[in-house]
Amino acid sequence: MKPDNQQQTWQNYQKNIADDHYYYVRSCIRQTFFPGSEAAMLSILRNQLGRDVFDDPRHTSCTGIGYHSDIVPLPTIMTVVARQFSLMAEAGYKNLLVSCVTSFGIYNEITHLWEHHPETLAKTREHLYKATKREFDIPENIAHTSDVVYKFRQDIFSSGRYTLTDQLTGFPLRIAEHVGCHYAKIFPNKGVGGAEFPKVLTGMIEAWGGEVVDYPERRHCCGFGFRQYLVRENRGYPLSNTRKKLESLAPFKPDLIVCNCPGCAMFMDKWQYTIGEMEGRTFGPDGRGIPVLTYEELAGLVLGYDPWELGLQMHQVDVEPLLKKMDYSYSPEKKFLDADGKYIGQPMMAENCIL
Amino acid sequence: MYQHNQYQKGKPQQVAVVGAGVAGLSAALTLKKQGIGVVVFEKGETPGGHLQQWHALFPDREPAAGVLNQLKQEASEQKISLRTQTEVAAVTPSGNKFRIETSQGEQNEFDAVLLATGFQLFDAARKEEYGYGIYQRVITSAGLEQRLGHGGTGLTVNGRPPHRVAFVHCVGSRDEKVGNHYCSKVCCVTGVKQAITVKERYPQCEVLNFYMDLRMFGTGYEELYREAQEKWGVMFIRGRVSEASQMHDGTIQLKAEDTLMGRPVRATVDWLVLLVGMEPEKRAQQWARSLGLQTGQAGFFSSPEKFLHPSLTAVNGIFTAGACTGPASIPESVNQGRAAALSVLEFLAEKDEAGK
Repeated sequence: MKPDNQQQTWQNYQKNIADDHYYYVRSCIRQTFFPGSEAAMLSILRNQLGRDVFDDPRHTSCTGIGYHSDIVPLPTIMTVVARQFSLMAEAGYKNLLVSCVTSFGIYNEITHLWEHHPETLAKTREHLYKATKREFDIPENIAHTSDVVYKFRQDIFSSGRYTLTDQLTGFPLRIAEHVGCHYAKIFPNKGVGGAEFPKVLTGMIEAWGGEVVDYPERRHCCGFGFRQYLVRENRGYPLSNTRKKLESLAPFKPDLIVCNCPGCAMFMDKWQYTIGEMEGRTFGPDGRGIPVLTYEELAGLVLGYDPWELGLQMHQVDVEPLLKKMDYSYSPEKKFLDADGKYIGQPMMAENCIL
Repeated sequence: MYQHNQYQKGKPQQVAVVGAGVAGLSAALTLKKQGIGVVVFEKGETPGGHLQQWHALFPDREPAAGVLNQLKQEASEQKISLRTQTEVAAVTPSGNKFRIETSQGEQNEFDAVLLATGFQLFDAARKEEYGYGIYQRVITSAGLEQRLGHGGTGLTVNGRPPHRVAFVHCVGSRDEKVGNHYCSKVCCVTGVKQAITVKERYPQCEVLNFYMDLRMFGTGYEELYREAQEKWGVMFIRGRVSEASQMHDGTIQLKAEDTLMGRPVRATVDWLVLLVGMEPEKRAQQWARSLGLQTGQAGFFSSPEKFLHPSLTAVNGIFTAGACTGPASIPESVNQGRAAALSVLEFLAEKDEAGK
């Protein structure tokens, strides 16, 4: 294939990501498990990149978890989504910026359904009007927050204070990435690089000086799938999926794992504790786990944010060994103190390992 | 037997052959030798079809250029009227003849039309997991032929011979996901032939062939498969490649399952060669619709009498030959071209008789 054809083929895998004026919709679970990620995203967009973002307290869950669990029916979730769009239009925005990969899949799925089955759009307009007297516009652009970080990765690097380098060896940090299934496996043309060549996280890693680690189960699901995870008795199944991934990537000795999906990041992090308790196994060196970061946390570290403001103390796997590798300037003694200097408690350690 | 001089009494009957590939040229030569007026329309710049891009032919690895040149020389000797860079835009019945309109707007009438429109190669970029069009060192079997051929760049990597090359069989064939459930038939033996050629040229190179099963149906094919293993040490792994990714140094990392050993396989290769299948030519399918010709499930032309008169179509006076009727090797295309020419002659004789 000629190089110009090759460039053309790669062009087919790009997506249009809005440049400014975002209406931000948050994730239901991220603020619990990775509490600094969304705050970091807003700060990076506003303070580092000078972008306009509207963080609207009136928006609700997209109800995607309920939808994927067959609890919320399709017409209901369509109406909920329509309400978010109505709030967005009311605020004067056209670009939806989605924090959650599940929600990102939901917004794409529903707008796709409306496009191909206009009768469902008409019905949704009717439902929303009956319930709230509201009307709505479909967004001109739907981007996941990782898309936007990918888009501005060079700007972030330019104003950054750290590179993804092991300062002890001088080599790039070895980073395993995991892209959430609902980011591009449902609608491949909605993600950077599609389903087969996802570039969204590797683009950030490479731009910030890290080295991408390939591993056999790289594209395997983390196991989060709502239906099995929500039923407690089924949790062995999602756990075994995460274990499969961790087993697959551990021999490549990554310094960290980065995810773009709230559920994936939670699973990859928390299940390391669970496996530690169940089997006494860890996947990192010296009986420790492998730190798991969200891409906002990673961007925040590149920009020199205080790791405790990023919420890294709330991770199950300790990130301090990573900070030391990066020769990061931070205050270890403030790890479990809140803004007022009050002790906030700390995550439990597994009995058989350090994590 | 047909007496060719019977057609020479008046103005010779005229036959249009669409496509100057192996089947079209073979048919045209047979017709011309029987005294029939033949015009061959070819959309490409030169005759020979896909054979022009091929380096060597299975199973004997005979140079493709030899076969091509022989065909072209015969066509030249027989003074076949060849209209290259001329695409046929429409074929329409006109009384007891057929009117052919070219892309240049020229119109001519013929007593019969033989469609030898061939095939198009499967677009390997549709099998996204192999990275064709994205990764530099993922190429197709056709691309490999060009690299191995005269003036080709070979498989040298940064001035050194390749360490390892992998072939993937059945790319775009027997694959419901891309809508091609059928077997393209010639790719298996092409993969074996190309594997041997790579070993011949780069003896230290390790060659892997990932396959579902190997269909060595033709004379000499099974022997070639054995030779690949016994003499050349080509490794055949039963399993499909699930993912290919490009490493920093440009090598391609493969993930697959060896279904005989029952375990996953990882391999880093310098080149990944995709054995692409054959698809019906899109233009031919348009004709099929407009002319009322029959096509099979896979979209290739099909005959209402496929056992005894495979060249016939549902339209009296229009005939087919070669890979436009389904995946075919070079000898099969030659035979089909000649057989179709005989059917055309039969048709013309009947037409001539009826006209008296």
